[in-house]
Amino acid sequence: MVTTILGRKLGMTQVWSDDDKLVPVTVIEAGPCVVTQVKTEKKDGYSAVQIGFGDIAERKVNKPMAGHFDKAGVEPKRHLMEVRIGEGDTFKPGDEITVEAFADAKSVHVSGVSKGKGFAGVMKRHNFRGGPGGHGSHAHREPGSVGQCATPSRVFRGKKLPGHMGSETVTVRNLDVVRVDPEQNLLLVKGAVPGAKGALLTIRTA
Amino acid sequence: MNIIRAIEQQQIREDLPRFQVGDTVKVHYKIIEGNRERTQVFQGVVTRRHGSSNRETFTVRKMSFGVGVERTFPVHSPKIDKVEIVSHGKVRRSKLYFLRDKVGKAARLKEKGF
Repeated sequence: MVTTILGRKLGMTQVWSDDDKLVPVTVIEAGPCVVTQVKTEKKDGYSAVQIGFGDIAERKVNKPMAGHFDKAGVEPKRHLMEVRIGEGDTFKPGDEITVEAFADAKSVHVSGVSKGKGFAGVMKRHNFRGGPGGHGSHAHREPGSVGQCATPSRVFRGKKLPGHMGSETVTVRNLDVVRVDPEQNLLLVKGAVPGAKGALLTIRTA
Repeated sequence: MNIIRAIEQQQIREDLPRFQVGDTVKVHYKIIEGNRERTQVFQGVVTRRHGSSNRETFTVRKMSFGVGVERTFPVHSPKIDKVEIVSHGKVRRSKLYFLRDKVGKAARLKEKGF
């Protein structure tokens, strides 16, 4: 049983729940993923499967990767990921993992790369308050003092300062599964997930 | 994008009558008290329809013991048992906020002639 799947964020909407409440949901196109390689304790020192997701044009696959997919006898895939499997699980290359694996899941963890914000100031990046808006102040979005003078006469490490924000891997834990649609490979989870529409997501059972 | 459209389309209720801003309606709304379910009727003038798709809401205004009460319902809520149209009002704007400043006879709307 593999409890991890790759997917694509399609966007957000609202649906009515069973108890007639309007729930905000993210629609995820989850899978189908295909097993492209099986790693065994004997050969690789640990047991895992490599799963692939997303179609890719044949001409865009380089020769080493094409050979890798050929060996498994599967269509080339755009994204690959390795998932550990438990003892007693048997997989062979070409096996499909669909969103049906999540049919019984109550909640899931979703990981993705957050939207890039570029070089951001302290108000956006660290939720600083900023300076006064007026009354002769010119320090509207400034960080203020970053430390003292003679002691310690340096800025402490880890001081929150402006810098690059976003485009980092973010995991949202314990999102409720609202609906699973194996026909269309859709997974609806309650709440927001990282990344823009079309972003690659990793979904695993909580 | 079409998948999200399709999900929203599934939620849309086709069984409700088409009512517009200015209409006087009776909204039969299901209320759960403990484990008992009953229907409450809210009658008033539709003063606003807001949003689109399955997010659309409408606001009904009525006078209750001399106090104006406005209640907003999601159009496609499963909790709405039914909507009855009492009368069609003749209005020229989409949001009837001006009714809030009118009392008594001045707050009436002309009936729509067909």
